[in-house]
This record gives sequence, structure tokens and C-alpha cells, in this order.
Amino acid sequence: MCSEKQKNRDTVAELLHGLRNKAFITGSEAVAEAVKRANVDMAIAYPITPQSESMHLVGELFAKGYIRDYYRAENEFAVMAAVHGAALGGGRVFTATSGPGTLRAMEMFPVWAGARQPIVCAFMCRGVSLPPSIQPENIEMGMLLDTGMLMLHAENGQDFFDMILQAYLIAEQPDVHLPVGVFADGFFVTHTREEMLLPPEDCCLPPYDPGFAPVPVFDMETPPMRITRDPLLNKSNFISGSANASWHQEVLAAAERARKHIAHFMGGLLEVENPGAKIFIAASGTAVSQSREALRMMQAEGMDAGLIKIKSIRPFPASELSKALEAADLVVVPEFNAGGWLAREIRASIDRNHRVIGAPRVFGGMTMPPWLIVEEVKKALGAGQNRGGC
Amino acid sequence: MKTGMLKISPGFEEIMPPEYRELVDNGPYGKDYGIGDLGSYKELLEEHPLCAGCGLALSLRLTLASLPMPEDTVIVGSTGCSALAFPQVALHNIHSLFGNQNAVASGLKRALKLRFPEKEKDVVVIAGDGATADIGLDMVMQSWLRREKITTIMLDNEAYANTGGQESGMSMQGAVLNMAPTGKKFPKLSLPEIAHTCGCAYVAAASPAKPKQLAKVVRRAILVAREIGPTYVQLYSPCPTNYKFNPKETVSLIKQREKDGLYQSKEYISQEAQAFLESIEVKK
Ligand SMILES: Cc1ncc(C[n+]2csc(CCOP(=O)(O)OP(=O)(O)O)c2C)c(N)n1
Ligand code: SF4
Ligand SMILES: [Mg+2]
Repeated sequence: MCSEKQKNRDTVAELLHGLRNKAFITGSEAVAEAVKRANVDMAIAYPITPQSESMHLVGELFAKGYIRDYYRAENEFAVMAAVHGAALGGGRVFTATSGPGTLRAMEMFPVWAGARQPIVCAFMCRGVSLPPSIQPENIEMGMLLDTGMLMLHAENGQDFFDMILQAYLIAEQPDVHLPVGVFADGFFVTHTREEMLLPPEDCCLPPYDPGFAPVPVFDMETPPMRITRDPLLNKSNFISGSANASWHQEVLAAAERARKHIAHFMGGLLEVENPGAKIFIAASGTAVSQSREALRMMQAEGMDAGLIKIKSIRPFPASELSKALEAADLVVVPEFNAGGWLAREIRASIDRNHRVIGAPRVFGGMTMPPWLIVEEVKKALGAGQNRGGC
Repeated sequence: MKTGMLKISPGFEEIMPPEYRELVDNGPYGKDYGIGDLGSYKELLEEHPLCAGCGLALSLRLTLASLPMPEDTVIVGSTGCSALAFPQVALHNIHSLFGNQNAVASGLKRALKLRFPEKEKDVVVIAGDGATADIGLDMVMQSWLRREKITTIMLDNEAYANTGGQESGMSMQGAVLNMAPTGKKFPKLSLPEIAHTCGCAYVAAASPAKPKQLAKVVRRAILVAREIGPTYVQLYSPCPTNYKFNPKETVSLIKQREKDGLYQSKEYISQEAQAFLESIEVKK
């Protein structure tokens, strides 16, 4: 909800492109600053490190009148079910979780997408055990790739702030109308204070109008009265099978249609630094910041290196990557997880994919010093030379 | 529901399905129908695919005919046999997942309250015993503890019917079912008592063998939920297919169980709910 003070200022342009003021805040505080300006009807919370602080702050927003309803639910599956119910009833909702909470709620995410609900959820990524870890790690993103939700990956607190507002704008487009997960690497982003630029407090997004949704709201005010007649599921015949499949295809098509809105509101699905380079580091999240330092070190040594920051993981910028890497000899993909899902995605998107090196991989609370990335680049170049010499 | 929302746009009358035209001409929206009027109007449930003699289908039919305000009722269901009937119900109804119905209903009820502050919107959960007493029990109880203003109705067929007749927490001790090959080892869960303890303002157990009683408790439960807090209704609805009895004998089986002391109707009413019900029932 826009508070009384925000009533007269609700322009999207001002929020995204207007004058901004400096603030020295943490990523968790940035989440609350975004929610404050997002005109949210309802937020539901369940505590988990490193998400908790942001949802405390969202609770304070409720107490101050920026959100119309808020409660602490019983577990993450119930949270995701309840925000789903609220969205089906026509409300704009927000929630957030981390690692084990994400996995506990897993069954709900494809339901959000399948029901075409524009739910925005922040994920403060962390380890999911075993062995137990609360440390920064984004393996949960790899597990969410095919849930149908759109996925944006923030590099820092500024991104986290911007992407949450952008997420609502993208999610609620009538030709998209899908959930958006906004991901940040826990602690590195949530618990780090940095200088950010924020739009004035007195402007907020226009309210969500469920009348523009491509699916009916469940309020007994929106025709048709009978939502389905004969189930799409549960019947083993060709008609229900193909009805189910075409609905599913439409969910995937809606995600494809999100590309133009991501380009419009976020300036593209990826950003390329030094486009003509022969050596690239491609990364998402905080690995991008580490890669920026690595790039500086490599360029200081005279290496022809560039950087690709991938902002949208779903939809994935496959053709953009393929184009950007056309002339590259090597693509090093550093990641904060043991599985290497980003390297896998990139390998599946470009040709001559032996050029992709999925390293370094950092997890369990370890850091990713830039020299580790540089070392991987050099190792790969050395290996390439050896191969070439044989 | 806005008046006229159901109306068919001029020129489209012919192409609308006949059962929809019947709903427009002779449906229960905005009328004060009860189970005594069954047969005289177009019902909300039609052509459902549940088995012959299904107790759950009978309970569902009577429940839908007892809604005090169908035109402003949204139902939240769950996976199970009833999920097969809900696409044939002419009310907005949500099927999300197996067991999460009370969490979905909590969010839904609150969002509808925000969107329609001046208007009552009844949110009624209708789900199986497995959904309510086993896999979804935490969310069911938590919605009661939070005092969500929703009605929870369990269609109790004492088994996981939809997956082929497995034991549920609501099966009787000793019942031999799938996954209980040597008989169930623990007693049927006393959910009405738990509901009472968890703060439900109105709790009842009934069955379709006594339709008037069923209609009364469903109506009371929904009206109390609207005004006071969470309510719970448990409807004993035997399953001929999985319990392997003659589909003609569903109602007589309930009566026999009652005679044997193995099923009894119940009603717990909080003081506040009692005063409220007296005020409206006297008025009527
Ligand atoms: C998470 C999950 N676990 C298991 C199932 C399988 N399942 C579908 S329906 C059902 C039984 C439903 O039992 P109940 O709630 O009593 O409804 P009934 O079919 O008896 O009416 C089960 C176990 C499922 N759909 N989802
Ligand atoms: S299996 Fe049992 S509960 Fe399910 S539809 Fe058939 S009779 Fe009804
Ligand atoms: Mg059952």
C-alpha cells in the first residue's frame, strides 16, 4: 500500500529514472526500501538466516502503514501457499526466504507459475546442507531453473533494490503475468553496507489491478463463474492431455515474452564489458563483483579480457551470450556453488562449448578472491597452449 | 457478486452451453435456497465423475446446497477425490496442492478482505481426511490458532481414496487397508476436539444420512466464521469403492455405524458463537 504521504506520487518513470538520493545501507535494508515503494498489499514472513532481517523491516513497514496486511506464517511451504492464495484473490504480495526455506517450499513454485500469478519473492541464497551451512552459496538457484518462475540475480544491494521494483513491473505485464524470484547471495549482499541511490520516499508503484490479469481472479466478481469445466488434469485422455500441455506451453511462452520487458525495464538480460575481448569471465550475482577485480588484474597484465554480467537467469540470454562470445577463445565461469549450474547453462547456449571453463567454484562459506579467478584463466590458457602444441 | 455479472451478452445466448444458460436463468446465486429446494433449481454441482454411491459426492452436493451466500463464496479444495468434482462446480474454487488448502485460504481470505472491505466474502475449505488430518494438519491447525475467519470442511471417508484406499489418520483402529496390511495400529484422530482446543468458534460432526442436520451445521459454521473466527465441520462420507460395500448402502452404513456407537454427530459452540447464532436464528 502507498502510505498517506505517498498518495500523490506514483509514477514508474520517477521510481526508475528520476532523481535519487544517496543512502549507506545494507542489502536487507535495500529490500525494505524497495518494498516501501512497491505498493504491496500483503507480505507473509517466516524467519531464516540470512533473510530474517529484511522481513523484520518489512514487518515494520506494515506497522507504519506501508503494507496492508502482514503475518508470520508456520513454515515456508505455508508462506508460499498463502501468498499464492492472496495473489489468486487479487492482491500484490511479497515474501522472501533462503536456502532450506526455498527447498521446504519447493512444491509451490511451479504452482505459482502454472496459475500465472505475479508473485515477487526475494531469495537470500545460502547453503542447504549437508554439511550444514548458513553461508553464502546459490545452489538453490540451480534447483529452481525449471519451476517456470522468472529469475533475476542481483550483484549487490543496489541491484537488489532495483530488481525488486523491476520484478513487479515485469511480473504484472498482462502478457507475462508470472512469478519473479529476485536472488542475491546471502550475507555478501544482505549484510554488507554500501552506498546506494534511492528514489524519494514519497513515490511508489501504481496499485496492482487484477482486472488486467490474463487469468480470472478468484473473487466471485470476475467471470466466468465456472473456472474449469472438466479437469485439465486427472483424466487420461488425449483432450485433457493436450489441454494441459498447451497451458504449460503458454506458461513457457509468457516467460519468453518477458524478454522485451526485461530489456525495457532493466536495459537487457546481460551487460558486456569490453565486447571485443578474446578472454571472458561470465558470471552472475556477487561473483560478478569478484570478476570485476579479476578483470582489472588481468587487464593490468595486458590480457585482452572482458566481462559478462548475466542479470536474467530465466529467461536465459542464450542468443545474447552466443553473440557476445562469438569471437572469444575462453569463457571462465566462477560460481558460488558446487554444482556449477551457470556454467552448464552457458555451455548449453553457445557453440564450441569446450571454451567454457566452470571454475572456480566456491562454497561452504569460502570466499572468492579475484586471484582465484585469474589463476583459473591462466590455467585454462596454459592448458590450451599445451593442447595446441601437441 | 455484482448483479448482472452472470448475464450472457446479447446475441451469445445460443452458443453458451445449456447448463450455463440454466445457471443464469435458474441458479442459486442471490437466492435464499436451502436443501429443501433441491430439485427445483439449477444446482452448483453437475455431471461430476465420482463413483456411484460415493458418500463424499453426496456430502458435497448437500454442502453446496447449504451455502448461505453462494454468490460470494470462494472454495479452496485439495487433491483427492473431491478435486475431480470441483471443476464441475459453478463457484470460484481453487485447487492448489495436496494439503496446503488452509494456508491458501488464509492468504485468500485476507486479500479478499483488503479488496472488498465493505462486503462479506465467505472462504470455505473443502478437503479430504488425508488432506485435512494428515498431510495438511499443521496448516489446518495453524489457521485455527491464528483465528483465520475461514470454514474448514472435511469430507471424511476414512481413507486416501483417490490413491487407491490407503490408511489415513481418520481410518478406524484395526481397519485393514492398503499400507495397513495388518490393520491400523492407532485410533481415529479426534479432530473435532482438537479444533475446539485450537480455538474454533464452532465445531460440528455430521453426515449426509441426516441432510437437515448437515445443512444446519454447514450454514452455522460459515456464518460464525464470517463474524467470529475459524470453524470446523467434519462430514462422515463413506467410500463404497475402497471399503468395498454396495454403493446402494452408503446411507444405511452411516446409520448402522451410528447405532453401533462408532459414529456420532457433535456440535461445540463457543459462548460468543452461541450468542451470535441465537441473535440471527431468532430473528429469522
Ligand atoms: C505431496 C503429495 N503427496 C501425495 C500425493 C498423492 N495423493 C493424491 S490424492 C491423495 C489422497 C487423498 O486423500 P484424502 O485427502 O482423504 O481425499 P480422498 O481422495 O479420500 O477424498 C494422495 C495421497 C499428492 N498428490 N501430493
Ligand atoms: S473412490 Fe470412494 S471417495 Fe472416491 S469417488 Fe469413488 S466412492 Fe467416492
Ligand atoms: Mg479420504
